[in-house]
Amino acid sequence: MPSVMLKKNAEGKLVFYVPKKDLEEVAESVEFDSPDKWGGEVLLSDGSKYYFEPINEQPDFPVTLRAKRLDSGE
Amino acid sequence: MAALTKEETEALIQEVLEVYPEQARKDRAKHLAVNDQSLEKSNKCITSNRKSQPGVMTIRGCAYAGSKGVVWGPIKDMIHISHGPVGCGQYSRAGRRNYYVGTTGINTFGTMNFTSDFQEKDIVFGGDKKLAKIMNEIEELFPLNKGISIQSECPIGLIGDDIEAVAKKANKEIGKPVVPVRCEGFRGVSQSLGHHIANDAIRDWVLENRDGDDSFPTTPYDVAVIGDYNIGGDAWASRTLLEEMGLRVVAQWSGDGTIAEMEKTPKVKLNLIHCYRSMNYIARHMEEKYKIPWIEYNFFGPTKIAESLRKIAALFDETIQEGAEKVIAKYQSEYDAVIAKYKPRLQGKRVMLYVGGLRPRHVIGAYEDLGMEVVGTGYEFGHNDDYDRTIKEMGNATLIYDDVTGYEFEEFVKRVQPDLIGSGIKEKYIFQKMGIPFRQMHSWDYSGPYHGYDGFAIFARDMDMTLNNPCWKQVKVPWKTAESSDVAVAASA
Repeated sequence: MPSVMLKKNAEGKLVFYVPKKDLEEVAESVEFDSPDKWGGEVLLSDGSKYYFEPINEQPDFPVTLRAKRLDSGE
Repeated sequence: MAALTKEETEALIQEVLEVYPEQARKDRAKHLAVNDQSLEKSNKCITSNRKSQPGVMTIRGCAYAGSKGVVWGPIKDMIHISHGPVGCGQYSRAGRRNYYVGTTGINTFGTMNFTSDFQEKDIVFGGDKKLAKIMNEIEELFPLNKGISIQSECPIGLIGDDIEAVAKKANKEIGKPVVPVRCEGFRGVSQSLGHHIANDAIRDWVLENRDGDDSFPTTPYDVAVIGDYNIGGDAWASRTLLEEMGLRVVAQWSGDGTIAEMEKTPKVKLNLIHCYRSMNYIARHMEEKYKIPWIEYNFFGPTKIAESLRKIAALFDETIQEGAEKVIAKYQSEYDAVIAKYKPRLQGKRVMLYVGGLRPRHVIGAYEDLGMEVVGTGYEFGHNDDYDRTIKEMGNATLIYDDVTGYEFEEFVKRVQPDLIGSGIKEKYIFQKMGIPFRQMHSWDYSGPYHGYDGFAIFARDMDMTLNNPCWKQVKVPWKTAESSDVAVAASA
């Protein structure tokens, strides 16, 4: 359950940062990404997958959220 | 000597690794790599931020060095107590050359050493009482201090002193910020964790002091310079450029900085990060809490300066963008003259670097502006994200080494035969005795500044003066020169 710092980069893409791991990756896809639902499975560009408990609004980026690690992608 | 090919470099790494016992070899192999620009992520080729192997000569520091020496130490109007035995503070005192303006001992305290000088009885009975007493003495002797930070040395964590309680009590008594920092030297694998702990202490004890207080008049052009420690005047050389392009520098973290500047930083519009490694934590925190964006910049060498100025200006309106162009044009004749003078003397020379947190990648551009090539680089305490940023800066088939050991570095140098090495004081005399020109790149070998256009001129002069110094011809031992072997052959005949 790492704490993940999420922000939008200049191109509007979601950037995923895990401080303890020095992991800084762009998210390829987010399962739910609409104004009234956000979360679910997030696929990173290095192939790893994380899961965020879906919430009923867009988070106010940048923000730190808890994620579950699903797949290391290795 | 011609550049090594990828295969030769790989063979060199294998050759160097051969002397290690199996376990150590396996571990060290992960920290040495041949650069490949096609890689997007450094974790494919190099491991970093791991504990050093026992028995090898590492050049790393400790968490206390990262907090007191790097992040907190340069804040000039605070008194930083090295809490514990006297040595840690005394042997690191004023060594980093963080320049500042002020009267030392009156309103600034940068080069002084304050310590609780632990004795056996303090270890046995605890040092909290002594700490409280020291802070009262400080208030009496140095009434113009603007706050106190308590930098823990190893024993504090081992004996379990409650410095937070003492700090809170002192804060009430003296009415100034008192910041306990849990940067005991044994924490983490290098000074890098000390930076993080120091950043967290700033976040918890300083940053929100002025939340809800809007009395500070802001402008749309307010920026903070973060991660510039003013070594030899670096931050001043950077600040002038930013101010000339029309920005207002509200705070300098932390070279020539004050606690008031740090408290005002949450009011700025943009954070400019020079040393990413030591201060990205606080920038990320401010981004989340105060929605202040941050960008990295690089003020080494005219190419990178122009690139950075334009990158910074792009985030502001047209007046700033024009200002940036004006600054670049204004200094052009100056830096063109520097390049015209020194490039012919330095062209084609090869450099190996091994420094701390930002220079292994930031200075590459400055060397390239002078026609030089960086053939090997490495970080003492960098993390993966530092190496991510380095891969693109370095040429293909160049050496990258993380937390290099004394032995590995010497062997690499013997084979690669660089014309110049840039590293720290512990490496300096070894390589000078080997007859290789050396610059101490942590505190600029008592020179500087190296940042900004002004700094570039000094940088170029220093590199030339070291590299082309006639003394290097004198350090070859007489029995190894060509003539003496002729004489020896003649004598033996």
